[in-house]
Amino acid sequence: MSMPTLKNDLAIMVLFTAAVLSAPLWLAPIGADYPDLLQKFAIYGIFAVGFNILFGLTGYLSFGHAAFLGVGSYTAVWSFKLLSMNVLPAVALSVLMAGVFAYLIGFISLRRSGIYFSILTLAFAQMCYNLAYSVLTPITNGETGLQLANDDARVIDTLFGISYDGLPSTTLFGLEMTGYPGFYFCAVLLILGFFLSLRIFHSPFGMKLRAIKSNQTRMVYTGYNTKPYLLTAFVISGMYAGLAGALLAVTDPLAGAERMQWTASGEVVLMTILGGAGTLIGPLLGVGIIKYFENIFSAMNVQQLTEMFAFLPDWLGKIAVTLTNPFVGEGWHLTLGLLFMLIVIFLPGGVMEGMRRIAAIPRKLKQRAVPKPTPATEEK
Amino acid sequence: MGDIILDIDKVDKTFGGLHALADIDLKIEEGKIHAIIGPNGAGKSTLLNVCIGRLEPDRGTVRFNGEIITGKKPYEINHAGVVRVFQTPEIFPDLSLLQNVMVPAFAKRDGTFKFNFWKSLSSEKAIREEAEQVLNDLGLGEHLNHHAGSMSRGDKRRLELAMGLIQHPRLLLLDEPTAGMSRHDTNRTIELLTRIKERGMTKIIIEHDMHVVFSLADTISVLAQGRIIAQGTPDEIRGNPKVQEAYLGGAEL
Repeated sequence: MSMPTLKNDLAIMVLFTAAVLSAPLWLAPIGADYPDLLQKFAIYGIFAVGFNILFGLTGYLSFGHAAFLGVGSYTAVWSFKLLSMNVLPAVALSVLMAGVFAYLIGFISLRRSGIYFSILTLAFAQMCYNLAYSVLTPITNGETGLQLANDDARVIDTLFGISYDGLPSTTLFGLEMTGYPGFYFCAVLLILGFFLSLRIFHSPFGMKLRAIKSNQTRMVYTGYNTKPYLLTAFVISGMYAGLAGALLAVTDPLAGAERMQWTASGEVVLMTILGGAGTLIGPLLGVGIIKYFENIFSAMNVQQLTEMFAFLPDWLGKIAVTLTNPFVGEGWHLTLGLLFMLIVIFLPGGVMEGMRRIAAIPRKLKQRAVPKPTPATEEK
Repeated sequence: MGDIILDIDKVDKTFGGLHALADIDLKIEEGKIHAIIGPNGAGKSTLLNVCIGRLEPDRGTVRFNGEIITGKKPYEINHAGVVRVFQTPEIFPDLSLLQNVMVPAFAKRDGTFKFNFWKSLSSEKAIREEAEQVLNDLGLGEHLNHHAGSMSRGDKRRLELAMGLIQHPRLLLLDEPTAGMSRHDTNRTIELLTRIKERGMTKIIIEHDMHVVFSLADTISVLAQGRIIAQGTPDEIRGNPKVQEAYLGGAEL
């Protein structure tokens, strides 16, 4: 609860930057050191860090943030089609467009709070999903999803005389955004996004957002118009989602409506709560845990399970395989659901709370080791 | 008579069939401590709610410093200079004591909205020192970084008082500021309120504790069933038979 200092902030940033940039090294022992997965960590990390600015600080639980993720992806693909394969205009336009959508949706949804706010955001996101899926087919290419084509205009590229043979890939001034360059591009944006979130967390603005979460009525009688505060937080977090959406399109220039579905909105809620909402690092831990285990569990099948349980007697191995099979592959979401239930019931503060509790154990043991004067000795 | 800072003019409020406030006329002089006493359900808290914009009266107006404040938003009334300390402590339970006091200090400085997201709290030395000062004045200086939600009720009340005082309001409305406090803390609060009286802050106090009322108030209004049945100096109120009957059950004060 003590006040943050600039020195602390600097230390956090140095550590964070080092950790993100060296991720391919320290994630190697658990087999998570390939660019595709690393990129996923970074992209969903940005999504969760942004979501946490709204949910973690103000307590307003949006169930519709996938809409902004989708808007970001569509905008980015359109930018690739119409302007340039360079990722910078795509990223900038996506963030801007997501901001506009967030302003409109936030403006209406924030007329209510609590569960009604959540339902309004969910309704808006589902509307966006349905619009993208069918009504706005000319813009979104409906079911198939928006893709690149050979005859795309790419005005800026043409202007600079850049031409492509076949379907082009996304670039940063000629550097192709695949493999490690792709990851490092996302990583740099994650670091910048985290830095902004750190500044917000430790600013007067951030403190006021926390105060709104703690007691909004009191804020009004303390002289604050809370609506613009909430709307600003909502728009900022929507822009983070737009950035994440754009980066998904950078990795794979394709935007589908399913990216806007409520399950995608639910996923970011899950990741944030699992790691620890309202903490700086928590949402990133949540992303890491979920995306890592998703990668492992969803790839498992009966054969692998049989190999895993080969050390057991045959009949016991069969039972073990039958019992665990529903939790892997397509059933990965069942595992995720269980994990989420356990966290919410036993560790409502997420992984971060768990770490705090573990850190407090030595202190407790020390207290126990020093015998306190018992009341009996004080009495006559 | 000095300047009138708060002018409540024929304010009327009914809830369903209950006439909570009936044609209330009340003028508060600047720089004075005015106590409102009366039995439970007399309409005291309703009256304060009308003054801070929590409730809108059915009829009548409230003027603060010559300006009509009825119909204004609560945060606008706050910035006009009216601050209320609630009966059940309204604090920010998830923040530290220091942050609880810094938030209203920022409101005073930054207005109803300011997007100062790039500034670090650690560079806000002036606000922080002022907040520490106010907390020290109220005897909460040792708990600056404690979680406000885990403090005792009496400490929460003092904290809320600190949150009000840091805004330097022209008019401070106190709803039973000493309820739930020990005799020791009550005396300390009385002493503190007397001390800040010299700074020219006007106060309206709702209080059941007659010890507090008679040691602080310059003038007293007695409210019963939504009406003001008596008004005057503490001595006049003490001797008023109507008051003794309606409120004090005929007992000698």
